[in-house]
Amino acid sequence: MRAVLQRIGQLGVVLVLVTLFTAFLIDLVPGDPTIPLAPFATTDQRAQMKHELHLDRPFPERYAEWVNGVVHGNFGCYYGTSGYTAAKSCPDSVADRAKDALPISLLLMFYAQLLALIIAIPLGVLTAYRAGSLLDKGINTAAFALLAIPNFVLALVLAYYVGTKAGWVSPTGYVDFGQSPVEHFQQLALPTISLAVGQVAVYMRLLRSDMIATLQEDFVTMARAKGLSSARILWRHALRPSSLTLLTVAGLNVGTLIGGAVVIENIFAIHGMGFLIADAIFRRQYVALQSYVAIIALGYVAVNFLVDVLYTVLDPRIRHARAAG
Amino acid sequence: MSPLRRRKEVTRTISARPEAGHLLEITDLSTSFKTPRGLATAVNNVSFVLDRGKTLGIVGESGSGKSVLSRSIMGLLPKQNVVRDGSVRFEGTEISSLSNSAMRQYWGTEMAMVFQDPMTSLNPVLKVGRQITESLHYHLDMDKQQAHDTALALLKSVGIPEAERRLSEYPHQLSGGMRQRVVIAIALACGPKVLFADEPTTALDVTVQAQILNLLQQQQRERDMAMILVTHDLGVVAGRADEIAVMYSGQIVERAPTRTLFAQMRMPYTEGLLKSIPKLEQPSHSRLQIIGGRPPDLVAPPPGCKFAPRCPYAQEKCHSEEPPLVEAETPGHYFKCWYPVGTDAGKEALERNLAAGLPQAIAAVAGDAIAAAKVELAV
Amino acid sequence: MPEPLAESAKAAEPATPVEAGVQPLVLDPAPAVKPTVEKAATKKMGIVGWIALIWIIAIFGAAIFAPLLPIPKPTKTFLLHAGEGPQLAHPLGLDGTGQDMFSRVIWGARASLLVSVASVLFGLVGGGVLGLIAGYYRGKLDTLLSYVFNTFLAIPQLVLALAIIAVFASEPTVSVEKREFWLVVSIGLVSIPIIGRITRASTLAWSQREFVLAARSMGAKNRRIIVRDVLPNVMPAMFSIALLGIAVVIVLEGGLSILGVGVPSSTPSWGNLIATGRNELTKIVGAAPQVIFAPSIAIFSTVLSLNYLGDVVRARFDVRESAL
Repeated sequence: MRAVLQRIGQLGVVLVLVTLFTAFLIDLVPGDPTIPLAPFATTDQRAQMKHELHLDRPFPERYAEWVNGVVHGNFGCYYGTSGYTAAKSCPDSVADRAKDALPISLLLMFYAQLLALIIAIPLGVLTAYRAGSLLDKGINTAAFALLAIPNFVLALVLAYYVGTKAGWVSPTGYVDFGQSPVEHFQQLALPTISLAVGQVAVYMRLLRSDMIATLQEDFVTMARAKGLSSARILWRHALRPSSLTLLTVAGLNVGTLIGGAVVIENIFAIHGMGFLIADAIFRRQYVALQSYVAIIALGYVAVNFLVDVLYTVLDPRIRHARAAG
Repeated sequence: MSPLRRRKEVTRTISARPEAGHLLEITDLSTSFKTPRGLATAVNNVSFVLDRGKTLGIVGESGSGKSVLSRSIMGLLPKQNVVRDGSVRFEGTEISSLSNSAMRQYWGTEMAMVFQDPMTSLNPVLKVGRQITESLHYHLDMDKQQAHDTALALLKSVGIPEAERRLSEYPHQLSGGMRQRVVIAIALACGPKVLFADEPTTALDVTVQAQILNLLQQQQRERDMAMILVTHDLGVVAGRADEIAVMYSGQIVERAPTRTLFAQMRMPYTEGLLKSIPKLEQPSHSRLQIIGGRPPDLVAPPPGCKFAPRCPYAQEKCHSEEPPLVEAETPGHYFKCWYPVGTDAGKEALERNLAAGLPQAIAAVAGDAIAAAKVELAV
Repeated sequence: MPEPLAESAKAAEPATPVEAGVQPLVLDPAPAVKPTVEKAATKKMGIVGWIALIWIIAIFGAAIFAPLLPIPKPTKTFLLHAGEGPQLAHPLGLDGTGQDMFSRVIWGARASLLVSVASVLFGLVGGGVLGLIAGYYRGKLDTLLSYVFNTFLAIPQLVLALAIIAVFASEPTVSVEKREFWLVVSIGLVSIPIIGRITRASTLAWSQREFVLAARSMGAKNRRIIVRDVLPNVMPAMFSIALLGIAVVIVLEGGLSILGVGVPSSTPSWGNLIATGRNELTKIVGAAPQVIFAPSIAIFSTVLSLNYLGDVVRARFDVRESAL
């Protein structure tokens, strides 16, 4: 339990540092930051804005105000849509925009991760079991080649051939699951595949090499000597001890996945977090950007914490070592 | 599933009726590994028979091929990079040519193995109970309750206290000795007819070694099971085996009923092994006699007797001509030597070597470790 | 354990020829069977390795000497052939405005490779120095640096690079030089914690080795030990990461281009060729897919080759992947 608390403490420190950094970004903007934020605002409005954004106060206070806002669900203001006209009210709140976008991105990444693992795990087990065979070599070479295909290239090619040319799905857009489950999956199929393919190769290769090592273990020979079937030995005895590295990397790879999603969402015009981030940059909405980045960092840190917890589920040795320590 | 079960019933009925044939019959078994340097022959033309309820001790140094032998008999070696020749008959059935899936009918139920290191031979992420009940479900088709009860009884029979609690524990929560007891319980679970114990005590504390060996012996007697006890320690098998086979460089160099072997050993290598066991009657700091030099290269073994380069008795002939495995005057006693220990030929050979100042001969007589070290340098 | 007790325990233990001092022959079944074959396979350069190396040399050569090559200017338009596929005069076809794709891909290599190599060098210097310091001195400095590394690693790389460029060089009128500069700085900064962590792990391992301890015991200065004893051993790991890093950055620049903050499209780069070619693919009729495929294949072959060479280096020097 103490180890868990310690870990949470560490993650907290990391989060504070991340948000400090993103909050500091606006100080780096050359010149008056309100000019790119709201190019058409009047001088009075600018002064008002500066006050609202606490730009007139020192950095620590501004950060404290921002944190206070975030805790109360206020992620700041988005000035990009209608320009800055109303004197006081916030035309569009960052929280509202993120509220709609976040679930879409999470779903997309969840599907991609799921698809990648569903394909990679059996392939990894199979290639490890048949290590050195022609099949193994073929799959490995294919995986190595897949690693070199950038996800945006795959996305564009899929969008062109499956979407525009074949007309099986619309090459852009997103449909809510509640609205039409079939169309939901249709629309997310191409983005999911684009994101998943690179991960499949990474996960498969990892699992394969760990699995080969596990298959050399005495307990696998022992399981064989018990007369168990190969399938049972592979799936029940060898997979779980071989999956720890895979799990770690799957957690760490959420970072890559987020980066990928930012690009992929823009290609398929899916209004998720990635789309919002690109839009915020394009419209130079630093306040919004700061919050988006913070939300993503929070999610990423949370995922890696979850991975840590899952570790203990998969490996009783760690569970007991932690309980003891 | 169904062919498997049918097959089991068949074997059951066969074993129920007393039979004249041997339980296990190994004829000219050879096993080689493909290595980058060439074929390494780890088991070379090994033959022996094993009957129900008997214990065979296989003794030899590391690299003598004794562990490979037991895995080769069971068919547990990987198919790639391994070349296997010869015949293995179990209850009269040839099993050396069977596929892995056919062998599964034998593994666990007919023949089982206790591995050397209990630290690595249990799956770290599965509970002890699961690892025992697994084969009970799989082979004997027991339901959950039956399997649980059987596992509990097994753990008790191998002397594990608080067996009920241990069932739901993981291997890392048990001590080395306890783990080896669990491994034995797993091996015994489906009532095998022959148990291979591959250096079952090497990885354990000295104090636990005797307990585990006694446990194995007790189980073997109770179950009228045959056992092949593989060890590097002649002392381990001395009181426990009915017959002992001494292995060197993949070959059986001497084989005899235990009593005969100790009383009239013929092979200089066996003599060396025996002398390397410390005896209680010796003063506590007396030097141990050791065999200098190393076991030969398995890829390119010496042309004559494999032991000749290290042998205190070795003559010209030994280096060029390989001795055959011949029967001694006592029936059932075989050895592979031109100048056997305890014969006039052997005595003369040793004297000649002493006179010539051959270091291993001096070492064998004087028990001089320095001389033995010289042998090591020379070989 | 007191000495006499240990002695008696040893005497009670039945000594075997092995234990009594004779070296056992190491040919137990397990190591003999272990399929270390695959490692041996990647350790050698092999024909694939040579092809990869030749491709990399060729593409770098073409990028450096692009102005001297007998190819049309990347901006020259052949209006009559606009949008046409591969042909003798234009081996990779032409884009919608009639610009030669072969020339544009070669000129694109210039910008893409410049940004990639420069950012990786930036990251190597920054991450290398910090990693060496953290791994060698350890202690509080190491803890602090680890926190900083973890902080930056908690932001996805692309998002972090995006944020930095957004602040410093996102105005639509930005000059090519300024954008490239900030691309290099942002991507370089992003790669510092990654390279730093790997260097630190490698340094940590090497600093515990006897020869480093020996040098230390002989009173050698720390800086000298780092440069003379540790750095040369850490170099293979850094070199392999550099190769993989260049590949990653080529793709990253492509992603940033799609988002509109890559190399400005007035100067071709592989990324912005694909980004501007996107519009071509939304056409249902008369699309010229080569505008996407030509730069994509260039990226693919280069990334593939770099990945392969990175693996060769890693296998040859037995760089542990655990540090990643």
